[in-house]
Amino acid sequence: MSTPVTTSTPAPARTAIPAHQRGLGGRLLAAVLTPGGAVFVLAAVLLVATIQANPNFGDPGVIMLFLGRTAPIAIAAIGQYYVIVSGEFDLSMGAVIGTQVVLAGNMIGEDPDKVVPVTVLMLLVGAAVGFANGVLTTLLKVPSFIVTLGMMLALGGLVSYLTGGAATGNPVDEFREIGRGRFENVPVLEFLPYPLIILVVLAIAATLLMRRPFGRNLLAVGDNPESAERSGTSVWWLKTRAFMISSLAASVSGILLVGYAGVHPSVGDGYEFTAITAVVLGGVLLGGGRGWVLSAAAGAIALELLFTLLTVKEVESTWRDTVQGVIIIVAVAVAARGWQAGRRPRGSARRAPSTRIPTTPTPGTTNGDN
Amino acid sequence: MRKSPLLRGAVVSAAALLVLAACSTDDSVDDPAPDAGADPETSESADAPADSSADTEWFVQADFDEQDAQRSATFEGDEATPWLQYIDGPMTDTKKYATQEAQKVCFANASISNPWRQTGWITMNQQLKALQDSNVIGEMETRDAQDDDNTQIADIDYFITEGNCDVFIISPNSTAAMTPAVERACETGKPVIVFDRGVNTDCYTSFIHPIGGYAWGIDTANFLSDNLEEGDKVVALRILPGVDVLETRWAAAEKIFKDNGIDAVDYFTGADPSKIKQIISDELVKGDVKGVWMDAGDGAVAAIEAFEDAGVDLPVMTGEDEMSFLRKWEETGLTGLAPVYSNFQWRTTLLAVEKIVKGEAIPTEWVLPQTPITEDERADFLEENDGMPDGHYAKFGGEDLPGYPQVWQDRKIP
Repeated sequence: MSTPVTTSTPAPARTAIPAHQRGLGGRLLAAVLTPGGAVFVLAAVLLVATIQANPNFGDPGVIMLFLGRTAPIAIAAIGQYYVIVSGEFDLSMGAVIGTQVVLAGNMIGEDPDKVVPVTVLMLLVGAAVGFANGVLTTLLKVPSFIVTLGMMLALGGLVSYLTGGAATGNPVDEFREIGRGRFENVPVLEFLPYPLIILVVLAIAATLLMRRPFGRNLLAVGDNPESAERSGTSVWWLKTRAFMISSLAASVSGILLVGYAGVHPSVGDGYEFTAITAVVLGGVLLGGGRGWVLSAAAGAIALELLFTLLTVKEVESTWRDTVQGVIIIVAVAVAARGWQAGRRPRGSARRAPSTRIPTTPTPGTTNGDN
Repeated sequence: MRKSPLLRGAVVSAAALLVLAACSTDDSVDDPAPDAGADPETSESADAPADSSADTEWFVQADFDEQDAQRSATFEGDEATPWLQYIDGPMTDTKKYATQEAQKVCFANASISNPWRQTGWITMNQQLKALQDSNVIGEMETRDAQDDDNTQIADIDYFITEGNCDVFIISPNSTAAMTPAVERACETGKPVIVFDRGVNTDCYTSFIHPIGGYAWGIDTANFLSDNLEEGDKVVALRILPGVDVLETRWAAAEKIFKDNGIDAVDYFTGADPSKIKQIISDELVKGDVKGVWMDAGDGAVAAIEAFEDAGVDLPVMTGEDEMSFLRKWEETGLTGLAPVYSNFQWRTTLLAVEKIVKGEAIPTEWVLPQTPITEDERADFLEENDGMPDGHYAKFGGEDLPGYPQVWQDRKIP
């Protein structure tokens, strides 16, 4: 970028980055054309299709109930986004949720005074699991899906040990209220479930975080870890924080699910795959470096809408897994291509040549050092 | 260079899918071992007298009729100790096993992965303590197959070759797969007691079970049909497929719903409360749901909560004698019934050992009473089981055992 701007056309004082060169409409259109933007359209289409299939789904109360129960999945997807965008995986999410659910059931029990300390403990456990995942992945160089798969099995075993595989009693209603409660008499919406509010707050926080240096660096690490490292980024700490965010998101999901559903060791089963599917459906590039955090949340909502549509259409629920499998494959394929097509203006001539690092070695400069 | 994100994505996703596949095929590992379950068809035809054309894999009209009749049968023995009652029938002579020596019991357990099995397991352990005190049983070695056929076959074979067992107790994980292993245990000449789920052989000394799944289905479906109108919708929540005592519950109920014009849809839930809640709320959006039928009460509370969350009238509902359901039932005042799959059979099993050791004849097929809890009886059971955890079963039948009530209240899994 050392070339000074000396174009003859009356150009703006500062050249906008390619994505900002078009007007607002053009930028919106361009965004929608990327996989990360298309998922919002997909969600809207699925909502319309579901309402068309059964008008009862258009009732605000029903939509609120739906969003309330989708919030834990969307929150898990937001957490998973951080890990995936940094080029890793977190398969331990479901097990973390299961652990938190069982912890809540066993430790809070019928004592309202324990709600706060146990919640704090649960979040600490979540952070610790994420820290372990991150350190094992980055410092011990074990591939993340092995680390988190191992974590999933280890936590699953712990839950089996603690429960014998069966439900323990539900914790006090005060704690369950977090995931089950709602503000009544809200105009237009009828009511507002707490989980939805928590989702909105976390989504805003996640968006802001992605605009901070942490978020930018995380994308850079996911895109090209080597160059990020050479530019002075502490890769291990970045990724470890991503894993911690993921486990904390799973913990929040777990807290909400205890309220929504109740305590059972099977709560959280398969959440890691649902979250990964949602993230991928949100157009986030598996392997890292591309994708928007809100698209991951939208991917979760679109996925659940799709399942609801299948239910409304009386499709056997046994097809659910198959649908999810197909979505993962198709979405990965589309996302990998889509980002290249939608993001960059056509024609390689517009690309700034200086972003290419010359690959030809300069001969003779390193001779004789020893 | 430009291809690298795509390539990397593809490689990583392929690896991820491998992991996904590896995880999701976990269940197929549970398939019966080749030596055990290779002949499901023959075993089923052995199970089912092929006289009725309406019979399906899980519905045998003759069994339905038999259990229907057993619901009103007279039981031998004292009503105060229902775990020792039985329907009059063929007896096994056990004189040859009579001994003064404390026995080593080997117990191949399918699992303790649901609250019903956990409650029974606790009761069984307290019964064991009582029998150890009276020097009938020296020790009981237990192997938990964790819901896996292959593991249980290995467990039984281990007991046969290395267990040094005097008595075998087997609670089969599944019917067809476990039959050959049970037969091998019988070949040792030692007494073999089978309880809960059945096997396709009658080589056992005694097969202990409550009346059965059909009786459950008849009680519950009749109750719902009586309290609902023709054309009403019932959502049936089922734990898992392929287990005879659960399948027959639904088979009987489905038949009765059909006969009475009740519109019933069934779902498998794995007892996962979040799934149950989602199923019910989706059904409620599609239209009115007047009744809920469950093949086991685990998760009943989540089902009721789904109606509360949607702000609609509570359904007519059948759950189970699990405390969580009884409490929620009382709290909400819904019209309900708590069918019972008598949990006390877990102690009957050890009491059968005691009878064998004494040389007393025991029923070859020991059919225990199985009576649902009605709304009128509910208050009594709630009071008797006050302080018990939610996963406890009201008709657990251990009130006279050592450690009552503390051991069941603490619910520490032995």
